[in-house]
Amino acid sequence: MTETTLLIGTRKGALVARRPRPGAAWELGPLELPMSEVYGTGIDARGASPRLFAAADSPHWGPTLFHSDDLGRTWAEPGEAPVAFPKETGTTLIRIWQIQAAAESAPGVVYAGVEPHALFRSEDGGLTFSLVEGLYNHPHRSEWVPGNGGACLHTVVPHPTDPERVLVALSAGGVYRTSDGGTTWEAANRGIQSYWMPEDQRFPEFGQCVHKVASHPSFPDRLYAQNHFGVYRSENYGTSWEPIESGLPSTFGFPMVVHPQEPETIYVFPLKADSHRFPATGRCEVYRSQDGGKSWTALHHGLPEGDYRAAVLRDAMCTDGGEPAGIYFGTRAGEVYGSPDGGDHFEKIAEHLPDVLSVRAVQLS
Amino acid sequence: MTATLVLPTALREAAGGAPELEIAEGTVRSALDLLAGTMPLLERRVRDEQGRVRPHIRLYLGSSDIEDLQGLDTMVGAGSRLYVIPAVSGG
Repeated sequence: MTETTLLIGTRKGALVARRPRPGAAWELGPLELPMSEVYGTGIDARGASPRLFAAADSPHWGPTLFHSDDLGRTWAEPGEAPVAFPKETGTTLIRIWQIQAAAESAPGVVYAGVEPHALFRSEDGGLTFSLVEGLYNHPHRSEWVPGNGGACLHTVVPHPTDPERVLVALSAGGVYRTSDGGTTWEAANRGIQSYWMPEDQRFPEFGQCVHKVASHPSFPDRLYAQNHFGVYRSENYGTSWEPIESGLPSTFGFPMVVHPQEPETIYVFPLKADSHRFPATGRCEVYRSQDGGKSWTALHHGLPEGDYRAAVLRDAMCTDGGEPAGIYFGTRAGEVYGSPDGGDHFEKIAEHLPDVLSVRAVQLS
Repeated sequence: MTATLVLPTALREAAGGAPELEIAEGTVRSALDLLAGTMPLLERRVRDEQGRVRPHIRLYLGSSDIEDLQGLDTMVGAGSRLYVIPAVSGG
């Protein structure tokens, strides 16, 4: 019997929804960590029992990282700050945007992407983290600028088989990758456009506002990216990128999700423009490509009919890794939808929540 | 002799439910440094990792904002009360 757990981060707390078996009704738990902004949620499913993470921050009390080893029934945080900048940096942690477990090849390793732009690494399963100094001291750092959401490192894509290789994305700095465990980093943005720059400067080495990057474990060198205008694919782990946006109603959006079994199947939620952050067609529609971005289809079976004005943020769409694959997304209207069949049919899982900032899901046998 | 640290409701859980804590005489900084050792979770709600009071918090010694005194170097005398006051903000 397969149970599905869905972790939902909102602007005012986190919730866990459970579906005890395929086809059963979803059970929505209580709101935990009230009044915390939960931009980063994560599930480390590598061990015997999964560890859930909720990166909670408060304008008053600052950021912290909670974890749960009982599927969200109880949450704990270490006494000492789990993620903190060293004294000598003089830097204060503002927000944890991303919690990402490494691949099976790096047991115990968990990454945290934070604001201001930095990457942290844990080797004890996400209880304590250390600054990845190679990226923090990168010579490009002084030229990275904040995106609308802040100066955030919001995406971490560990290589599925080589623990020395990690790829990250920053707003606005672009994509960077390491092949030596984080000691050195190189920009990996060739082909990604910065549309707001003068025409002869639209393909810089770095500075792009990449919103999300995703990969598939079977094809580690293939990446998909949703950019601040532009949807891209790389076949060489970011050495070069090519656009795959033909057929989309807009090239602007935030999330990018890859189907867990089908490396050519990807999902985005197009928004009209950066100046009009509403669904591109005025409807609540997920767009899916099943051929690696050559063509796209709108998915809306089970989603609200008529005008829809709520956006989906960069980490508010995910898959549960199961087979068949569940696809989930939450909106800034406080609704969460799920599809048990890869997007063919959606159902509403939750509504009337604070705006949804992040979702993560896992299927458990 | 001791002074008293007065906590807002939202911070009492981090202090084991206590609305007030006894703190040693000394500067505000030394009181918070001691707190970092005994109740680190509470202390890091008040100060960031660089030892700066978080921007949406004010510390009052009696009726005075410590920023109008000597900041973290303000002396907290025996019997005085140091209040942690969160900003009225948010939505």
